[in-house]
Order: sequence, then structure tokens, then C-alpha cells
Amino acid sequence: MLHKPLGLLAELTHRCPLGCPYCSNPLALDAREDELDTATWLRVFREAAELGVLQVHLSGGEPGARRDLVDIAAGARAAGLYSNLITSAVGVTEKTLGALAEAGLDHVQISIQDSEARSADHIAGYEGAFARKRALAAAVVRHKLPLTVNAVVHRANPDRIGEMVDLALALGARRIEIAHVQYYGWALKNRAALMPSRDQVERAAAAVAQLRARHHGGIVIDAVVPDYYARYPKPCVGGWGRRSLNVTPAGKVLPCHAAESIAGLQFWNVREHSLADIWANSPAFAAFRGTAWMKEPCASCPRRDLDFGGCRCQAFALTGDASATDPVCHLAPDHARVAELAAVQTDAAYAYRRM
Amino acid sequence: MRLVHNEAQGGWVLLAPERVFKADAIAAEIIRRCTGEVTFGEIVDDLAKSYAAPREKILADVSALLRGLADKRLLEL
Repeated sequence: MLHKPLGLLAELTHRCPLGCPYCSNPLALDAREDELDTATWLRVFREAAELGVLQVHLSGGEPGARRDLVDIAAGARAAGLYSNLITSAVGVTEKTLGALAEAGLDHVQISIQDSEARSADHIAGYEGAFARKRALAAAVVRHKLPLTVNAVVHRANPDRIGEMVDLALALGARRIEIAHVQYYGWALKNRAALMPSRDQVERAAAAVAQLRARHHGGIVIDAVVPDYYARYPKPCVGGWGRRSLNVTPAGKVLPCHAAESIAGLQFWNVREHSLADIWANSPAFAAFRGTAWMKEPCASCPRRDLDFGGCRCQAFALTGDASATDPVCHLAPDHARVAELAAVQTDAAYAYRRM
Repeated sequence: MRLVHNEAQGGWVLLAPERVFKADAIAAEIIRRCTGEVTFGEIVDDLAKSYAAPREKILADVSALLRGLADKRLLEL
């Protein structure tokens, strides 16, 4: 059964001034000269809306690096999509933000790397990033746009979740996402330097529960589970080719942002196919749609329509087989591997994300 | 937060960051009236005029819906 997608992740560029070691972009970043032009993005938005997509996330890299960002935001509004700007704040001036608001941007999400500047800038690999984030957050609120803070959590900062929530409140955010790092792309490369201990993860979960109770009605606290310590896998992207799609800067359409890491998948490009054609017929999308591809224990598991066997990219990265049960599931034959990998924690320097 | 009618999704939907809510006809009628320029009481009065339900029932429904959305920081009361 072919579902209609709800969300489009538009990776406008892989250019970014920051070097966050947990970035989920692929190691092989798309070159500037291969980026889709404005007109193509506007066509993609129109096709997405026809397909049933409701929300577009303007992301990257750093979307603020695109000189046509305001035209792109206007195009999203014209296509009837709810638009969310996902930004580091470095590369978006107050002037641009004003123009974005006027062009109909619906929402802004700003990442924070820690609750205080020195650590935050060290993690981002960019001195002064923290101050820029504070400034843009204030501008977002002044322009009456809703603000979400995305706080990325890993071994360097899990005991400061409370402070990060306080910071989000002080910045006027309505929502904070406590985003425990997921291991794809650059994050996978830096896994040993980022992986928290089980103790840290349990303390973080307890902290989130308390903070939710304390801040109910004041700020919404969403949390992404660190699945290396989970019992069951996450329902990755709401199921393969089911709820969302991702367009890369060079125009490839992916079922999820890490899908290029799976060997042998054939991706179609918006330069050659319509989005509707890609959604329905692209071999990459067909590869793991539904449940027919599943092996045991997923194939006969009562949870198979809840979590879809977990993450294909993670199964491939950890077992070499994209059809395998995501090893984070305690029922997976390869589950012991996850604990072994989680135990590898080093003090190695970050390999900062650079083009 | 935006209320839109979407054919492909089969009706009214409420769009918010990382969330999509399916809005039934009643919720859509309530939210449509949240223009930022009317009071809570005026919304209830307008609905009571347009629909045959008792005012107390309408007040209760509107309160429940809007309080829920305000708790999610999607609306300011």
C-alpha cells in the first residue's frame, strides 16, 4: 500500500561554517557546483504539495549559506507547505530573518551544542557560534516566529540538560528537542568520542522526566532516544518510504538522510524524474517499503508495523545486511554487537565536519 | 500553527513543528475563529449562535481544545 508522504527534508546545501562532529550528513558532501537551483527547488515544493506533503524542513548543511534562501521560503509558502528553517544561526542575519518572516516562513529551529559558550563553540568547531545563536533566537522572537531549540546531547554534555532547557526558555523557545546523537555520517565516524555511558543515558532520561513535569505548559520537551541503549528499535523515519522523503543538495531523492550508505541502492534524481514518479517507482524507495523484505524475527513479530524492524541504515552499518533486524532490538541475532560498540568510548579529538 | 484543508490527506489538518494533527470539523470551526482579534468569550458566543448545542457544552469543548493546544505552546490564550 502506497502511503502519502507528510514531510520533506530539503537539504539545500552541504556548505556549513560549523564543524559539528555529530553531523548526520554523509562524509562525501555534495559540492557547491552540483546544487539544485532556485527554480528546481520551487518545482520540487509544488510536486511535494501535490503528492500530499504538508511540511518542508529547509535544512542542509547550513541553509543560510544559500543566497536565494528567501526566494526558496517564498516558494514553499506559495506551494502551500508549512515551512521550518533548521539552522545553526551562523549565516542567517537579522535582515534575512525579517525577509524570511515576510516571505511566509512558519517556524525556526536553532541548534545548540551546550548551555555555555566555551563548550558549545568547542563542540561546533566555531568560535562565536553560541553568541550568534543567542542573537538570532532573539530576532526570531522579535519577528513573532515560533522557535524550537534543538539541543544535541552526547558524552560531553548530558548532565547539562536542565541548563539547556533553562537556556531555551530564556531564549523564548516554545519547544526544545533533546536530541541524543544518532550514529550516521560524521557522527558514525566520531562515535567513540561521542558515545555516552549507560549511566549518563539513564540520568539524562530521569532528568527529562523531571523537567517535563516541572515545565508542563511552559515549554514542550521532546526527546530522541539514544537507541544503542534501548530494548526496541526506533520506527525509523516512520517506516521506509512511508511518511517522509529527503532531497539532497544535488537532487537525489532518499527515503532517509543516511540511505546512500546502503550499498547497492539505486537513487533517482529530481533533475530526471518527478517527485511522484520517484516516490512510487524509485528502486531505492521500493527496496524496504512494507514488510515483504523482512527476515525473522521481524517478519512474524507483532511489533513489525510499529517499528518496522528499526533502521535499515543502522542494520547495514552494524551487520552488513540492510534487511537484518536493527541490532539495537534486543530480539536481533546481532544485538550483542551493539553493547560491544557502545562500550568503545575514547577521548580522541573530534574529526570536525569539513568539506 | 496553521490550519489547512488538504485534499490528499482527506480533510482539515493542523500543522505545527514536527507534528500534524487531524482536525475534525468541530476543531476546525473552533480554530478558524482564533484570529488573535477576538476574545475567548466571543468565540464561544459565535459558535453558540451558529450551532444548536447548549452554551455550557460549547464552552467546555472550546476550553478543552484550546487549553490542550496552549499546553503544547501552539496557541497563546
